[in-house]
Amino acid sequence: MSILVDDDTRVVVQGITGGEGQFHTEQMMAYGTNVVAGAVPGRGGQEVDGVPVYDTVEQAAREEDANASVIFVPPAFAADAVLEALDSPVDLAVAITEGIPQQDMAKVYARLEASDTDLIGPNCPGIITPGEAKLGILPGNIFAEGDVGLVSRSGTLTYQVVDNLTQRGIGQTTAIGIGGDPIIGTDFVDTLAYFEDDPDTKAVAMCGEIGGQDEEEAAAFIGDHMDTPVAGFIAGRTAPPGKRMGHAGAIVSGGGGTGTAESKIQALDDAGVPVGDTPNEVADHIESFL
Amino acid sequence: MKLHEYQAKGVFADAGLPVPESRLASTVDEAVAAADEIGYPVAVKAQVQVGGRGKAGGIELVESETEARDAAAAILGMDLKGLHVDRVLVESAVDFVDELYAGVTMDRAKGDPVAMVSTEGGVDIEAVAAENPDAIAREHVDPDSGLQPYQARRTVFEAGVDREVATDVARVLTTLYDLWAERDATEIEVNPVMVTADGDVVCADAVMNVDDDALFRQSELAAMEEEAAGDDLEAKANEYGFDYVRLSGNVGIIGNGAGLVMTTLDLVDHFGGTPANFLDIGGGAKAERVTNALDMVFADENVDSVVFNIFGGITRGDEVAKGINEALAQFDEIPKPVVVRLAGTNATEGMEILNTDLVTVEETLESAVERAVEYTEGDR
Repeated sequence: MSILVDDDTRVVVQGITGGEGQFHTEQMMAYGTNVVAGAVPGRGGQEVDGVPVYDTVEQAAREEDANASVIFVPPAFAADAVLEALDSPVDLAVAITEGIPQQDMAKVYARLEASDTDLIGPNCPGIITPGEAKLGILPGNIFAEGDVGLVSRSGTLTYQVVDNLTQRGIGQTTAIGIGGDPIIGTDFVDTLAYFEDDPDTKAVAMCGEIGGQDEEEAAAFIGDHMDTPVAGFIAGRTAPPGKRMGHAGAIVSGGGGTGTAESKIQALDDAGVPVGDTPNEVADHIESFL
Repeated sequence: MKLHEYQAKGVFADAGLPVPESRLASTVDEAVAAADEIGYPVAVKAQVQVGGRGKAGGIELVESETEARDAAAAILGMDLKGLHVDRVLVESAVDFVDELYAGVTMDRAKGDPVAMVSTEGGVDIEAVAAENPDAIAREHVDPDSGLQPYQARRTVFEAGVDREVATDVARVLTTLYDLWAERDATEIEVNPVMVTADGDVVCADAVMNVDDDALFRQSELAAMEEEAAGDDLEAKANEYGFDYVRLSGNVGIIGNGAGLVMTTLDLVDHFGGTPANFLDIGGGAKAERVTNALDMVFADENVDSVVFNIFGGITRGDEVAKGINEALAQFDEIPKPVVVRLAGTNATEGMEILNTDLVTVEETLESAVERAVEYTEGDR
């Protein structure tokens, strides 16, 4: 079992003819993902690596039964691409693009609330159900099939924790990078709820970072609604206030000091979630749960 | 991107917001001439981007030419919280009876903009938000339709603004929102909005932060971006297109991906060291970018050792190894010890290429950081 993606997921790649889109389409197919279509305006009728390209996502969804979209579209056009995916409709849209203007994302977010589609990202590495499908840019070879769910705001930190788990023989049900932007679709709480409902997920690793209040909300959710044990990690303990640490969303606000690592660690601690000082300690906690 | 006060006020004035008459000056004579022209009293305000300028001595209210000369001489060239002051804004002083707050920001959790008004203006609004959150009236805005006039009025009345000036303050708020939306701001605030004895409303300060990711369609604002004042290394990082933050420690840190680089900083602290910087080379970096990153960290005189931590997804270990070799090939003697940890995509290929005579290789993130911290201790 898994959440959101599996063997039956049929993927349309928006932006399949671009450099990134083409490279990662090959990688996704090599992993075994059913990439059934591409969507690029004006490129309908072409093929990329044997995958038929359509002018619109709607055509791709209709003609090829696509039910999920992965978006590799440049930042200036990416919000429009997400809206197109929501309107097609597909069940899941995964936006890899980094650097989408915030106001564009605010408009997407307003539509998302009324939509049945789950959006992962933007500015994320995507989602993988090991052995079944990956939608995004995660390196498939570090993952293994197993019973731990993983959710993270950061791509490479996800890889680090997954590697710590896989090296010990602990595999994953599904791993999701939810993205490093201030405004994202699926958040920690949404993902944790999916993992809680998945009978095969026996434990969850959650990697947060400074900025915003998402981890605090997740901690409250875990305390009130979860039986599945969760172990946490929070990046950015040494980040100074007022400085953006790479991710657009990773910033501790100046005067009031909201979004600090201390506040998030405290909230998780209060919810009974052990927080590792190192990624390897997160794997220790997960191992102790199993 | 954060606009200077004088730039934000220019944008405000163009949008029809009431701002005091002002002139920018970079010499004492220019400042005095500006003050004479505007008429006393005037405020002489340091144009640096830090909070609490007034308390730090960066704002002086002056009544005469002599006072204007003294104030400009004192403020120009001063060091204000680590930033050099090279310009002042000379501005007509407002005789106020009340100070309000008005602003628009993004509520990240709700994914929508929020407009705010408070009668507790003129003080640190984050402190007000923390201590007395009810003193700030908030209105969430549908980004597709914008802030409606009735919503602005509702916010103003809810905040308890006097009825005599409420309409004018509501108009300030809708104009601020429109600016926020049209100019891709992430934050826009006026603190204080001053109310005069005659019942006029004046935007006495102006803060405007613009979304870096939207500068491609805000060419007028992008042109206002000035070289980062103060730190040469941060300016250089900007030029190379790195996400870089300079810190005060002595362990240089280079990695890929924001979360993993932050984690590496935290681990340096965990093992008893102090991080010198945050440097994210980004995804898919080629050899040249890696070389530039090492050059930058070597250029920081505080750095005693460097930890290079890569977990490759779209970044390839062989490209990273090539870049490290090229960076180190420039030196007869390696200036500071470098610890390298490569994992993920093409890590094995990278390890074959990497010149291990010049660097220390570690298998894990933890051992790499620990080794780099040890090297700094060895130097003392």
